[in-house]
Amino acid sequence: MTPTETNNAARIRIDQQLIAEMITPGSRVLDVGCGDGILLDLLVHDRQVDGRGIELSQEGVNGCVSRGLAVVQGDAQTDLHNYPDNAFDYVILSQTLPAIFDVKGVLGEMLRIGRCAVVSFPNFGYWRIRSGLAFRGRSPNSESLPYTWYESPNIRFFTLTDFTDLLAELGLKTERIVTIDGHGKANTRGRIGHWSNLLTEQAVFVITRK
Amino acid sequence: MTTNSHDGVGHTGESIAVEPTVTDLPGHRLVLGADVPMRLVSGQLLGPFTVSYQTYGVLNADKSNAILVCHALTGDQYVAESHPVTGRPGWWERLVGPGLTINTDDYFVICVNVLAGCMGSAGPKDIDPRTGKQFGLNFPLITITDMVAAQRLVVEHLGITQLFAVIGGSMGAMQTLEWASRYPEMVYCAIPIAGAARHSAQNIAFHEVGRQAIMADPKWAGGDYYDDNDAPERGLAVARMAAHITYLSDSALHTKFGRNLQDRQAITFGFDADFQIESYLRHQGRSFVERFDANSYLYITRAMDYFDLAAEYNDNLPPAFEDSPVRFCLISFTSDWLFPTSESRRIVHALNAVAASVSFVEIETESGHDAFLLEEPEFFRILSGFLRGAADQRKLASAS
Repeated sequence: MTPTETNNAARIRIDQQLIAEMITPGSRVLDVGCGDGILLDLLVHDRQVDGRGIELSQEGVNGCVSRGLAVVQGDAQTDLHNYPDNAFDYVILSQTLPAIFDVKGVLGEMLRIGRCAVVSFPNFGYWRIRSGLAFRGRSPNSESLPYTWYESPNIRFFTLTDFTDLLAELGLKTERIVTIDGHGKANTRGRIGHWSNLLTEQAVFVITRK
Repeated sequence: MTTNSHDGVGHTGESIAVEPTVTDLPGHRLVLGADVPMRLVSGQLLGPFTVSYQTYGVLNADKSNAILVCHALTGDQYVAESHPVTGRPGWWERLVGPGLTINTDDYFVICVNVLAGCMGSAGPKDIDPRTGKQFGLNFPLITITDMVAAQRLVVEHLGITQLFAVIGGSMGAMQTLEWASRYPEMVYCAIPIAGAARHSAQNIAFHEVGRQAIMADPKWAGGDYYDDNDAPERGLAVARMAAHITYLSDSALHTKFGRNLQDRQAITFGFDADFQIESYLRHQGRSFVERFDANSYLYITRAMDYFDLAAEYNDNLPPAFEDSPVRFCLISFTSDWLFPTSESRRIVHALNAVAASVSFVEIETESGHDAFLLEEPEFFRILSGFLRGAADQRKLASAS
């Protein structure tokens, strides 16, 4: 397994690295939209979690299972309801939220089946995206948003402020916010203001029920 | 201890002893139910009776490296060696063996011929000592639960307290699920392939066609055909032909045979096997009767029909896996219409509902239900990865 781990360490995204550090070792974790399983692999092997995954793409699932991860082919929007209440300590949704149709429903399900929801997403309020739209007249395309508009799986375009507004509306409690700027520098924040919404390229939220 | 805790119906009475007729096969034989008979789900008591099984590889010192392979309807214990009757390769020789996906250099592989089978385990062609004649239809009805209960006795006989894995395709998947549900503490991981937690109406229907084909053969004679050594081969062959179609897919048949003619340039305006597919099915039917007993076919298809894991739980599947410590890996195949992906997904949902550890993949293939017996590199790769991951977690020392 050693060569794979080395590769994984090289390929892991910064938000995944941050999420991994937030997870208590030995806890029960569900990674929703776990992709090729890099984060789950890290959590299982380095943090000794009881890790499970759901992934929509067959290619992703096959890759995960052939690496010995407990991953099922499924859809976050239709398959979370099968899990019992409080089955997990953490339910992770990394970079998947913009592709979700029923955002409220999925967040609600994550916090029904898990004690904490850990959500990472790209910030459409980031200044480069704003200036790209304002001055170049182009839709967002950056390292954290690497898709052309016609191929992007993303259907929800929201900013950090939009997201905190939604959490307030849903009456959910934000336990922790870590923002990542354009240089990949992470900052823990108590709240999101105008500047952080402008300077943050992507963010990780830890959310609980009140 | 040797009885099965399942609540049977009614009649208990005297235990049914079974005298084996097939005794010269390679592999191992074990007499069960001699001291305490085994209670069948039907309520009848069975014992003493014989089961035959085969093993590959070596059981390690702490007996932690055993993999139980459960065979399908027409399979048997000769997983990874030439078949003693037909001489053809073992049915999972691609998968089980030294250096293969189920590596017999690392694992001790066990396969037990199912109860009601015809390769050395107690079945309808064995002798009923009460009459001195072969049982025929007087053999008690066997369920998947009974088959697994007998396998458990074999596993205990080998001194194994926990199987590293139980694996099987089709009816083998049913047994695998039964194992995980009924004896979860004895199963570290379970790999049901192309299976279901219940036999569907369509599948019961196909089985009924097969059984009626056997029973319509005059030579079947109510199941009492053994004396004359004149088995209902036509009926059994037709049953096999019909079943064989369900193991393939429309596209596989089209790719392999199309409308190609068999050894002729034009259709013959008759009922000879003009088409290659006809010739192929006839061959399948003919070669099957060499090695299979028609009454066994009736009994085993019935066992599959009766299988429904949720039946004991008010048709609710999740309680069958409540608090399961077993690590599951379910595998289905896209073109399998006999045990379609939806059946595997139903099991996955039930396992999710009890927060069990589960992996589930659907393999893209046009080979239909039979895919689990064929060369499917993606299937092998996934199975190998799952086993490696589970062996790591189980801290099984592995040579590979």
